[in-house]
Amino acid sequence: MALIKELDTGTPIRIADRTVSLVIDGRTVTVPEGTSVMAAGSMMGTQIPKLCATDMLEPFGSCRLCLVEIEGRKGTPASCTTPVEAGMVVRTQTDRLAKLRKGVMELYISDHPLDCLTCAANGDCELQDMAGVVGLRDVRYGYEGANHLDAEKDLSNPYFSFDPAKCIVCSRCVRACEEVQGTFALTISARGFESAVSPGGTDFLGSECVSCGACVQACPTATLIEKSVVEAGQPEHSVVTTCAYCGVGCSFKAEMQGEKVVRMVPFKEGKANEGHSCVKGRFAWGYATHKDRITKPMVREKITDPWRETTWDEAIGRAASEFKRIQAQYGVDSIGGITSSRCTNEETFLVQKLIRTAFGNNNVDTCARVCHSPTGYGLKQTFGTSAGTQDFKSVEKSDVILVIGANPTDGHPVFASRMKRRLREGARLIVADPRRIDLVKTPHVEADYHLQLLPGTNVALINAIAHVVVTEGLVNEAFVRERCDLAHFEVWARFIAEERNSPEACQSLTGVLAADVRAAARLYATGGNSAIYYGLGVTEHSQGSTMVMGMANLAMATGNIGHDGVGVNPLRGQNNVQGACDMGSFPHEFSGYRHVSDDATRDMFEHLWGRPLSREPGLRIPNMLDEAVDGTFKGLYIQGEDIAQSDPNTQHVVAGLEAMECVVIQDIFLNETAKYAHVFLPGSSFLEKDGTFTNAERRISRVRKVMTPLAGVADWEVTVALSRALGYEMNYTHPSQIMDEIAALTPTFAGVSYDRIDELGSIQWPCNEKAPAGTPIMHVDRFVRGKGQFMITEFVPTQERTGPRFPLILTTGRILSQYNVGAQTRRTENVVWHGEDVLEIHPFDAESRGVRDGDLVALASRSGEISLRALVTERMQPGVVYTTFHHAETGANVVTTEYSDWATNCPEYKVTAVEVRRTNHLSEWQERHRVDEHDLTRIAPPAEAAE
Amino acid sequence: MTQDRMVTMANQIATFFRSYPHEEAVEGVATHIRQFWDPRMRRTLLAHIEAGGAGLEALVLEAVGRLQPKA
Repeated sequence: MALIKELDTGTPIRIADRTVSLVIDGRTVTVPEGTSVMAAGSMMGTQIPKLCATDMLEPFGSCRLCLVEIEGRKGTPASCTTPVEAGMVVRTQTDRLAKLRKGVMELYISDHPLDCLTCAANGDCELQDMAGVVGLRDVRYGYEGANHLDAEKDLSNPYFSFDPAKCIVCSRCVRACEEVQGTFALTISARGFESAVSPGGTDFLGSECVSCGACVQACPTATLIEKSVVEAGQPEHSVVTTCAYCGVGCSFKAEMQGEKVVRMVPFKEGKANEGHSCVKGRFAWGYATHKDRITKPMVREKITDPWRETTWDEAIGRAASEFKRIQAQYGVDSIGGITSSRCTNEETFLVQKLIRTAFGNNNVDTCARVCHSPTGYGLKQTFGTSAGTQDFKSVEKSDVILVIGANPTDGHPVFASRMKRRLREGARLIVADPRRIDLVKTPHVEADYHLQLLPGTNVALINAIAHVVVTEGLVNEAFVRERCDLAHFEVWARFIAEERNSPEACQSLTGVLAADVRAAARLYATGGNSAIYYGLGVTEHSQGSTMVMGMANLAMATGNIGHDGVGVNPLRGQNNVQGACDMGSFPHEFSGYRHVSDDATRDMFEHLWGRPLSREPGLRIPNMLDEAVDGTFKGLYIQGEDIAQSDPNTQHVVAGLEAMECVVIQDIFLNETAKYAHVFLPGSSFLEKDGTFTNAERRISRVRKVMTPLAGVADWEVTVALSRALGYEMNYTHPSQIMDEIAALTPTFAGVSYDRIDELGSIQWPCNEKAPAGTPIMHVDRFVRGKGQFMITEFVPTQERTGPRFPLILTTGRILSQYNVGAQTRRTENVVWHGEDVLEIHPFDAESRGVRDGDLVALASRSGEISLRALVTERMQPGVVYTTFHHAETGANVVTTEYSDWATNCPEYKVTAVEVRRTNHLSEWQERHRVDEHDLTRIAPPAEAAE
Repeated sequence: MTQDRMVTMANQIATFFRSYPHEEAVEGVATHIRQFWDPRMRRTLLAHIEAGGAGLEALVLEAVGRLQPKA
């Protein structure tokens, strides 16, 4: 293995219908029209010297190092800013150019520290490289003149340093922040000799910088450099893998020294991210080797006992014997399991296989239950398949972007950057969200309409938008006639045209001005390619599934399905939540979304797996907990999920777990749920195993092992061992064989294999005989279900109501620097940005309660009460408060309720009636949590363990 | 599962399908419960209906005969 050095063509390769031929250094090259001379040279293997150019950025033409001679033209134009022309004859190496370049380099080096041997970028410095390329041997100007060598370093960011003494003011960092990330946190301050890179007049940590790393990646010197590189030195090999954070699924090069990660660098060929990253994937990987990692299997009789470290054999044996005992005593359906959206497709597939075969029931569920299960249901009903319709690249062709219940700049930052780029190019934006999320107004982006609805009224809003489309003659009749079920369309159109669905009638429900709804609807219907992007603000409601169908109705009615720039696109929360669903993690369906009662499908699985399979749906996670409390569900195997923190109504979750006789946790940390467990099986991080993740655009990407599992085995091997102990043999020697089995059993994966993924880089399912290279955009000629199905979406208010006791509505979510339950990000330097969960509250609500910014407040609902700090902000609307669930000790889900989506039981996290008051103490639950944090997580010292 | 919770869940399903033509609505409720509720949850629902079905929407009561899997 070697270090992967990606080609940098200096400026972006253009996509054009026409090509242009020119001659560079005597050789003819043909490139797309609009390509720069620099990039054209690069494509034929000629590297023109450069410093301010890099192909992630538009050409700038400031360094004057890439000068070339062009026949018939005066002077020496910069090759980065000169587009190719037919018949052009270019020379990149002449005596005149050499002299000019050497002169430029002399000027740069005259104000640059001569500490190459001790510089952190030694071996990876473009300035150093260019000095070599131009043959710099001395600097005629000397080093005694005015310089910047004493400029102070900025070490404030936890992950990278900024050393202005080494800056050549090429502006690559500033442009990366603008063009790639879209944050505009950096600028060049002052002019002439005084000009310098500045994070807005403050230090990096205090600035608007979001630590995406684009500037560090763009920097050609050691000015901006990862602290991990400063500490460890240059990596010696790299492996391409996939990020284990959000559903964007960014491709990264893990740059290594042996088995030690030196840095994670976004991979330009990764189609999900195209070389960009966010603070989590780029920098927050230190958790993988954190001291809190549990690396030995552990068992205990009772949850109040200390854990006892043991052998794999004993731990697996204990889990298997307990599950067998429970089934013998309480019946075959008394146990189940939960697969993980953080684990690979292969691991997830194995867990559901184990449950259906070795457990002999369908009691398997996954954390998509609490996030995007309504997406699966809603899109299957309307379109025929449980997945988003587009690839991420599609947004580059969108003219109107409708963001509903999603906060992409925090939750899906790399895709948000792509979206913002399109918005800066002129696409129009509609945001439907109770909060004024950053996207509503961010540098060079401003929403045309912010439909600031009340939580719980999504369906009323989408119906009102559709009402305008239908009653104002904006339906794409040709599309509907050709592509959709006409009878159902007509029923739907009559329903949606009823006056009660008009924007005026819905205004009192949603709180959104009818005029704004009408204008937004017209824009969506007539603005060109219109795309819907949505998140958990859609799904985590009692009408989550109805809302998904409502959005699908709207897209079909306007013909915004089946081509670039349009679609209905769920922004998936976790790295492999799409994959976990695809792999048959739901209790009612096998991989590929086929119901367990379908005889032909079940026959196929039974034949290959050699076991009779149940035709009855199993329990979903909330049902498992309910049945545990009732005493009919007694054992649970959880791989990589932390339901005691992530799931709603914590007390109910804990009551369910406490009622079970055997809880087996497989995780990398002793998480909240493990407090109620009897067997702990140490898991492996994404760096420690082979497999695949499937992102929100259905893209299957390889996860590649870069280090030995800390506990000695990969997660899939543990499931195999447990299955064997339960009496069902699984015979695999590598995860690729599991993928082969998935492909054999799942029509949409029929063409997928590790070899094929290696060949194509990644694959978007369906991938089969009809689509051997995968399917970037779905429903192109016909819907998967045949004709698109309009569904009636009656608005039904949630049963969770505000009143005198609980007058405010709480909605929950996440922020940029933390991820889900925080188990990973809390164990990184990301805590510098978010060390605790806070309650966002509007100034009006704060003032009327005597709450000031930073006060400790009690947040109470009918489920429970917690205390946390208040953040008074006008991001909120009056009557609505917001918090995150990243910190276990806060216990945000102590407050949320058991109300859930009617179709899928997805919890209604987004609507909880609450009251807020000042307090001076933690809540009773939080005090008890502090005690449990000690009592239920004790690990017996080795001496005691040996007894 | 508490009876209240079961009744709430069943009624939520009925509320969605209430907008559909009657026969489609009854079948919709039955199919949904058949496809997504584990047998013990269906048994609990049936037992509750046999005991009078207090609190249940009419559509749920009408769907009672269709809750077992089709042969």
